Amino acid sequence: MIVARTGNEAMAEAMRQINPDVVAAYPITPATEVVQLFSKFVHDGQVDTQFVPAESEHSAISACVGASSTGARVMTSTASQGIALMHEILFIASGLRLPIVICLVNRALSSPINIHCDHSDSLASRDSGWIQIFTENTQEAYDTTIIAVKVAEAASLPAMVTTDGFIISHGMERVELVDDEAVPKFLGERKIQHSLLDVDNPKTFGALDLQDYFFEHKRSEIDAMDHVLPIIEKVQDEYGKLSGRHYPLVDEYRMDDAEVAILCMGSTGGTGKVAVERLREQGKKVGLVRCRVYRPFPKEAMVAALAKAKVVGVLDRSDTMSTLGGHLYNDARSILYDSDMRPHLKNYVYGLGGRDISIEDIESIYKELFAIQKTGKVDKDIVYFGVRGE
Amino acid sequence: MAKLKELAAQKEKFVGGHRGCAGCGAAIVARQVLMAAENPVVVGAATGCLEVFSTIYPYSAWNVPYIHNAFENVAATMAGVEAGYRALKAKGKVKKDLRFIAFAGDGGTYDIGLQALSGMIERRHRVLYVCYNNEAYMNTGIQRSSATPRGAHTTTSPAGKVVPGKLQLRKNLTEIVIAHEPAYAAQATFAYWNDLVTKVRKALDADGPSFINVYAPCRLGWAYAPEKTVKVSKLSVETCIWPLYEYENGTYRISVKPKEKKPITEFLNMQGRFGHLFNWKDDVPVKEYQAEVDFIWERLLKRSEAAG
Ligand SMILES: Cc1ncc(C[n+]2csc(CCOP(=O)(O)OP(=O)(O)O)c2C)c(N)n1
Ligand code: SF4
Ligand SMILES: [Mg+2]
Repeated sequence: MIVARTGNEAMAEAMRQINPDVVAAYPITPATEVVQLFSKFVHDGQVDTQFVPAESEHSAISACVGASSTGARVMTSTASQGIALMHEILFIASGLRLPIVICLVNRALSSPINIHCDHSDSLASRDSGWIQIFTENTQEAYDTTIIAVKVAEAASLPAMVTTDGFIISHGMERVELVDDEAVPKFLGERKIQHSLLDVDNPKTFGALDLQDYFFEHKRSEIDAMDHVLPIIEKVQDEYGKLSGRHYPLVDEYRMDDAEVAILCMGSTGGTGKVAVERLREQGKKVGLVRCRVYRPFPKEAMVAALAKAKVVGVLDRSDTMSTLGGHLYNDARSILYDSDMRPHLKNYVYGLGGRDISIEDIESIYKELFAIQKTGKVDKDIVYFGVRGE
Repeated sequence: MAKLKELAAQKEKFVGGHRGCAGCGAAIVARQVLMAAENPVVVGAATGCLEVFSTIYPYSAWNVPYIHNAFENVAATMAGVEAGYRALKAKGKVKKDLRFIAFAGDGGTYDIGLQALSGMIERRHRVLYVCYNNEAYMNTGIQRSSATPRGAHTTTSPAGKVVPGKLQLRKNLTEIVIAHEPAYAAQATFAYWNDLVTKVRKALDADGPSFINVYAPCRLGWAYAPEKTVKVSKLSVETCIWPLYEYENGTYRISVKPKEKKPITEFLNMQGRFGHLFNWKDDVPVKEYQAEVDFIWERLLKRSEAAG
């Protein structure tokens, strides 16, 4: 079925089709609609979900942990201050290996307070042991929400799927939906080793784990992360067969003969692709790499993509506040260290607090990258793009 | 009325061998509460002494399913467990009739966990929330909480040269919970085991959220000899420091009325945490504490009389 949907509507629609056992959530701009629409599905009897309208995000994610421990399929949605408030429990969810899925709408973290898009909220929870997938558009947000549930359950790890606040969450686009009946069939039942409700085989969840065992348990969690990429590829492949839409770990756009490229995440991928087309019409060999799966980091696929270009502009909608630039830039530099093919890298931190980035902006970045290609020198490695007085 | 012989003959749901101090009140609370449960139960615990001493991996004192999430969120966690149970029961994936019990200390209840508790009750999750109240943050080394009484020495309200322990009175959490109109609420303590067991059974039978605030003397933080725990528990009732009462359907009922109301000094002078008050330049802290106890007790008498 082809429909017109905003990112929030598309994610809520995916949740309706998934029909989770439990949703516990709390509203926050720009993710509020996901929760609102889902509440309506509950009250209209369109889903069987036990809905827990929690009194805070901290309690919402805490309830998700409790519910997921029973063996239930559990989802929630939030943004910005909401995921910041959940922060403590994110690590507990992954440590307990609970496949909770968050529909996360990216919004800047306060202060200053702001409601618009940047990636500081997802990236502040980067190291929490959650799978993170950034989507480019409404269609991808819908598809990835369904994919994430299956991936999380197969990996026994929680996952967050992100959209760019307002840009995608509130932008109406054409979306092709999978049939209602196909989604539960695609997902199957959640399989678990131990349910908290198994009173005949009582288990202790969340024991105090000291010097003599903690490290082994953490190591096994890291090991689980090590196995996620093949799981994502497999599930994406299955989903491709179902929907006709095939997603990669790393989205390469016209990279085969690209001399200069940009690397980015989220909706900027879409804007950037238009810029690529315009420049290609002028005969310029430009390409784009979009990091779709961000955690775990698809190192091999990313090195292979980046190594094709001579110069890469890394666009970060976040800053690490470390004087080292944005998150993606640091990841890119790190994975290229051992590579024989090392393109020049320049970091463009852009769009904080929702400042728009246009096709022309990206064209101007490509122009700079060509200049770097010519001189073979990166004048300034980290720039703050579009900031007054820069 | 529970029979001691029957209770004693049960398979233990909370077993010994844990790392609680000798004479720990919190451990007695866990054991007595679980003894009272007639249906199979699933337990959650907040971070605190009970959680720490009962579940040091690879050991566990819990013979029932147990989950620990964090410090401030046992109410939300168990709300989620209950929601998961409802969902899976509706789908026929769980057959048994289960009950849910959340345990938390006073810190995890009166202070950092108050919001989650309020939310759990307001949303009417069918969970019994048991606060084992030892009147301070014992796990982190005896710091004050809003349950710590006037005058008590803790490591963050120390008995100093100019300030004699805690300056403020206790928060009346049970009344805050009652203001939420839960299906059942009560105060209890284990010296009155039959009263406690009866209350737990009522709470678990109530079709909605329930709450029991259980006074749980802590030999370490209160500084008394370990064998005195039950005696201290008993005196808390005899002095009316910890009135035993329940609230159900808009009515208060005092379940144990002491024959003679003893002065609180009989309770205070057993415990090192109040020792400095007896050498203090005036009796203001003790008087203020006694006045608070009298006020709450008188009000409770009126409320339960009004109920008939
Ligand atoms: C968010 C958070 N803040 C602080 C702590 C440290 N902490 C652990 S237990 C505890 C006090 C527990 O007090 P209480 O709930 O009264 O239980 P008790 O130890 O007295 O049994 C504190 C402060 C923590 N674990 N988590
Ligand atoms: S410090 Fe107090 S509450 Fe903690 S184990 Fe010892 S007696 Fe029990
Ligand atoms: Mg305490």
